[in-house]
Amino acid sequence: MNLLAVPILLPLVFASVMLATRWPRVQRLLSVAGALGLFLVNLAILWQVDRVGVATLQVGGWPAPAGITLVADRLSAVMLVMTGAMGLGIAVYSLGEIRRRKQRFGYHTLLHVLLMGVCGAFLTGDLFNLFVWYEVMLIASFVLLTLGGRRGQLEGAIKYVTINLVASAFFLAALGVLYGMTGTLNMADLAHAVDRIDRPELLTVLAMMFLVAFGLKAGVFPLFFWLPASYHTPPTAITAIFSALLTKVGVYSMIRMFTLVFVQNVGWTHGLLLAIAGLTMVSGVLGAAVQSDMRRILSFHIVSQIGYLLMGLGLAGPAVAALHVPGRTLNDRAAMAVAALGLGGTVFFMVHVILAKTALFLVCGVVERLRRSASLDRVGGLATTHPVLAGLFLVAALSLAGIPPLAGFWAKFMLVRAGLEGAAWVVTTAALGTGLLTLYSMTKIWAEAFWKPLPAGELQRRDRVMTRGTRLLMYGPTFAIVGAIVAIGLWPASLEAFATRTAAQLVDPSEYVAAVSNHAIFSRSDRERAAMPADSGTSGEAPR
Amino acid sequence: MSSIILRTGVRFVTPLMLLLAALLVLRGHNEPGGGFIGGLLAAAGLILQTLASGSGASRRLIRVAPLTLVSGGLLLAAFSGFLAMIGCGAFMTAIWVESLGLGTPLLFDLGVFMVVVGTTLTVIEGMAEGNA
Repeated sequence: MNLLAVPILLPLVFASVMLATRWPRVQRLLSVAGALGLFLVNLAILWQVDRVGVATLQVGGWPAPAGITLVADRLSAVMLVMTGAMGLGIAVYSLGEIRRRKQRFGYHTLLHVLLMGVCGAFLTGDLFNLFVWYEVMLIASFVLLTLGGRRGQLEGAIKYVTINLVASAFFLAALGVLYGMTGTLNMADLAHAVDRIDRPELLTVLAMMFLVAFGLKAGVFPLFFWLPASYHTPPTAITAIFSALLTKVGVYSMIRMFTLVFVQNVGWTHGLLLAIAGLTMVSGVLGAAVQSDMRRILSFHIVSQIGYLLMGLGLAGPAVAALHVPGRTLNDRAAMAVAALGLGGTVFFMVHVILAKTALFLVCGVVERLRRSASLDRVGGLATTHPVLAGLFLVAALSLAGIPPLAGFWAKFMLVRAGLEGAAWVVTTAALGTGLLTLYSMTKIWAEAFWKPLPAGELQRRDRVMTRGTRLLMYGPTFAIVGAIVAIGLWPASLEAFATRTAAQLVDPSEYVAAVSNHAIFSRSDRERAAMPADSGTSGEAPR
Repeated sequence: MSSIILRTGVRFVTPLMLLLAALLVLRGHNEPGGGFIGGLLAAAGLILQTLASGSGASRRLIRVAPLTLVSGGLLLAAFSGFLAMIGCGAFMTAIWVESLGLGTPLLFDLGVFMVVVGTTLTVIEGMAEGNA
């Protein structure tokens, strides 16, 4: 059975049922059950995609490029699994953290609508459909951000919505121009349709428009300012799910477009990506260095880590450009190795950063719950009063900084090795330096929040009591995520092998394109037809 | 607003608008119309009713909470797509009963209709009761 529609259907059904449910207890139960179901289905998709190959679904049975394609390759599948896992963790955690009144006010419904939007964005093979999923995410995240309606939240939300609408406008404009130039918005179709454009310089302009649109969503230099301005306002569980998923959708879209479609002028586009990667890392971590609120520091680190994700993509430029022409193989072993390490490192890093950042935010949420504040001036001494919490923070923080033997080390190791082999000295230096500064900034949180004695002015304020149930709900997901970080760190081989397989699929998009064109009526030029391997039985087939 | 002209007018106009909305939904799948525009029109009719005789009037007319209507509509639309999956088709594949000219797209349109009516009424009720 084809599972690809399920990650969209399941959250939709659960969200609708929760919308009509009047009993909060049932709502909470449904929320966790829905998230668990989503996680399991996404695991099944990953298993299927990794073993059998790229899975596709033509919605409504209409052939591409007219019909909407849902397609899952390894990258989509691993992102889906991370979405399911984080959705489950946050669904459980928020039962403990978020006030009952907010939960009744549609929190769980919106969380599932958000998960639906994210899953849709990872699954779709159609650019316009991607735009629609972006809007679904935007609407859900806007309401989640303002839920409760405190003054700071509204201020943050206005910045968030304004900038995201600008990004959507860029995206839509770019879509219009791209459609005008190629006549298609199906990603697999675009992979070759863009080659038929007779003015390649226009394509580069278009690539820049997409870069701005996705860059705003992903929070890259110099477009990230909205992110630290809005992410510290809502309840921590909401910040955690945003940090885990929303910026990553932007990065995912960039990876998709800049390995599949915009690979004609890699000297410029991927060179620029590398420059942006370096600047994003450094400016993000420097921004974090001057902050003194845990959540703001962590928000700046989201930005900084996005840089690493782009670094691998930028390094893969030469290889994806060479392999773009159908039927051609690449003899340049070195470029292939760099691309495999770079994109593999990006995938590995993606898994690691989603886990590490979410864990850090969850710890931060517990601190806020206990002390009513995450400002470093007002907390302290947590290492003696809450040693378990301190331990959880320490593992996640060290992993984020890239200390062996945790997951972050292996991720950075792959990326830095790709950088050295690709002779990209500047960005590699930036990556290593950023690692050091990340460590500095994590040490700062550690020293201030966990090690130093409680500030004198705060002594009379006692910790808020957490009931046993709340503690279980908030610590449980944090433990699970930190456990995953340690497990990946100790046994990185299987994830590394998977990341390398994913990279191979991204560098050479022919499997992706072939899987989609099985059910498509794509127009091809004669040259492309001649270059196609003699499998016209499967990919040049007439529509059913 | 309890003008007698409005109240008398609404008694004729609202049923007409609801009928037209039904017509739009029914022809929607291959002629201009559909669940969205039909839903807006029906909601407009119900809002007129609200304006003429207070916020409880349209609620008495549809008998369920608007949010329940939204929820039901979403489920109906999802179900219309899911039906095809039982018969091993792709998600959202249309299934037609040729002799009647009816099919799952109509179910989908009805779902959209319910969502639009429900959403609009939620907003309007919130404003009418002054707690939006």
